[in-house]
Amino acid sequence: MDKIIIKHLYKIFGSDPNEAIKMLNQGQTKEEVFEKTGMTVGVNDATFTIKKGEIFVVMGLSGSGKSTLVRMLNRLIEPSGGNIFINDKNITQLSQDDLVQFRLKNMSMVFQSFALMPHMTVLENAAFGLELAKESQKKRKDRAMEALIQVGLEGWEDQYPTQLSGGMQQRVGLARGLAVDPDIILMDEAFSALDPLIRTEMQDELLKLQDNSERTIVFISHDLDEALRIGDRIAIMEGGRVVQVGTPEEILQNPADDYVRAFFRGVDPTNVISAGEIVNTNYPTIIKKKTGGIRAALEQLNSKDYNYGYVLNSNRNFLGIVSIDTLRETVDENLTDQPIDACYLPEVHTAFEDDNMQDILPEVASKSWPIPVVDSNNVYKGVVSKNRFLRTLHKSDKNGYQ
Amino acid sequence: MFEDKIIPLDVWISSFVEWLVENYREIFQLIKWPVEKILAGFDMGLNSLPPFIVILILAFCAWRFSGWGLALFSSLSMVLIGMLGFWEDTMTTLAMVLASVLFCTIAGVPLGIAAGRNNRVEIIIRPFLDAMQTTPSFVYLVPIVMLFSVGNVAGVLATIIFAMPPIIRLTSLGIRQVHPELVEAALAFGATRWQVLVKVQIPLALPTILAGLNQTIMMALAMVVIAALIGAGGLGSPVVLGLNTLDIGLAVIAGLSIVLLAMVLDRITQSMAGKNNQ
Repeated sequence: MDKIIIKHLYKIFGSDPNEAIKMLNQGQTKEEVFEKTGMTVGVNDATFTIKKGEIFVVMGLSGSGKSTLVRMLNRLIEPSGGNIFINDKNITQLSQDDLVQFRLKNMSMVFQSFALMPHMTVLENAAFGLELAKESQKKRKDRAMEALIQVGLEGWEDQYPTQLSGGMQQRVGLARGLAVDPDIILMDEAFSALDPLIRTEMQDELLKLQDNSERTIVFISHDLDEALRIGDRIAIMEGGRVVQVGTPEEILQNPADDYVRAFFRGVDPTNVISAGEIVNTNYPTIIKKKTGGIRAALEQLNSKDYNYGYVLNSNRNFLGIVSIDTLRETVDENLTDQPIDACYLPEVHTAFEDDNMQDILPEVASKSWPIPVVDSNNVYKGVVSKNRFLRTLHKSDKNGYQ
Repeated sequence: MFEDKIIPLDVWISSFVEWLVENYREIFQLIKWPVEKILAGFDMGLNSLPPFIVILILAFCAWRFSGWGLALFSSLSMVLIGMLGFWEDTMTTLAMVLASVLFCTIAGVPLGIAAGRNNRVEIIIRPFLDAMQTTPSFVYLVPIVMLFSVGNVAGVLATIIFAMPPIIRLTSLGIRQVHPELVEAALAFGATRWQVLVKVQIPLALPTILAGLNQTIMMALAMVVIAALIGAGGLGSPVVLGLNTLDIGLAVIAGLSIVLLAMVLDRITQSMAGKNNQ
């Protein structure tokens, strides 16, 4: 379901935004507009949608307009043109009073510099949104406490923000965002000011909080690793334009242009591309019967000229691998009455479809058979062979990242 | 070379002030009224309280915001003033200072907030503040006398004008010093402009506003003494009397009392600002 729909959104900083938008629509570039009129194009014709419940990362270098874009979602910055629909309501048309209500109820924000109130305790900071909404003292305290527990800050509620480390301060920032129970949280470079170890920890925390949540998160980042790590989908911005929107895999495998490609140079694709993305579904599968089936399996492998077969039950759950050699041995010894389990290869491990290539590399490299890939319910999805693995690496290489 | 090119600005101003006095005397009397009442209240209150109660109140404030040291210093200073024979004069001066500071705060803090939040207001009021602060204090005693005649009330009015700039300036500065991200954060969470002001800007600007209050009190004290030239009472009178009669002893002990009172007020209000800063 689409939560946020952004249509032809512009932000021009200058005296006559409409004129600048006209020039952009006539095909003039941001630089030309600046040269001729002195106006700066912040966001140039952004159109995309954000789905309910996803972590949507807006990525770009500084000056690409990502902060401006996100601040237009809660109108901390007024758009110069275009529309934003959230829950089917046109945000750009809201009156000042409605806008305040919308910010109170639907949307909170987490800032790069934490932006905690230094004159308030941790608890008061966490309760800030509720205080603005004029909730009762009790409800403020309960909700804020709950949020602080969620981010692991129990016991710190009476401290002041300056007494806390950077990572803990941002946990307070996150708790403040969670306490109002919004459907959307905007996170503006929320983890960029933290040192790398803490940053990764916070990313994991965020993913955990987001697990099974209806909440939609719009996350700004200039850090590609971060975007790939937490983003369900990513929008890449350059010079005010949105150049590409897609899942990390989509963008990695089909970069829209040289800018995006350059962005991904230096990214290790094995960290990004998952096993599920590169499975081969052509390998023969054998549905296990109550008895026998060994002869039929051998026949199937022989006719298709494959060395290995993948045995599934009727629900397509993965059971084991048989090879043409083990099958033939059983047939030669006339033991075909026994169940097919007897022919299973030893030391077979499955890979999960969400595992990335890095995770499955040892298994792919050490086993002679293609590695079976299953989803979280153990349903067979296909296999990853050495050949497929290497070809994916080669293709990534051609796309510009190594 | 300027002999034949002199602009008769002095004549114009004189006739303008005369015209003001002739036509708008009632309005100026109206302005005088609340100042007169408040001043009378403070003066009566302070002079009718037994001295040891006043000393106790000051010592308590000193102890509350700073500690025993300042409480002791304040008590000793006030006792010394009393023993020099200036208790009544000091109470009158204190009443005039309190009255002018009260009006300075009532007018100055909102003005400072407006200037802090709006560049246009800041640009408009800045030249007025510059003029108010740099005009030698003797200069505007003359129009004050013409408009409000002489005495304590006229003295307080002159003091209000002289002492108001610091509290306006420092309130504006304090509001401006609040980190813009904090204001943005408050807005993002749905704060109205009023909520941004009372929940974020004013609390964070408070130490700076209190520093402005301290400056205003100091300037008020200085001006209240000068106002003795237009017949205001208090500690300024013995100084002026000493000056006129070349009674050096009288002038010096009155001066000493002013210095002691100034130090007591300064230390107490400074520790107030400091306390709030933590």
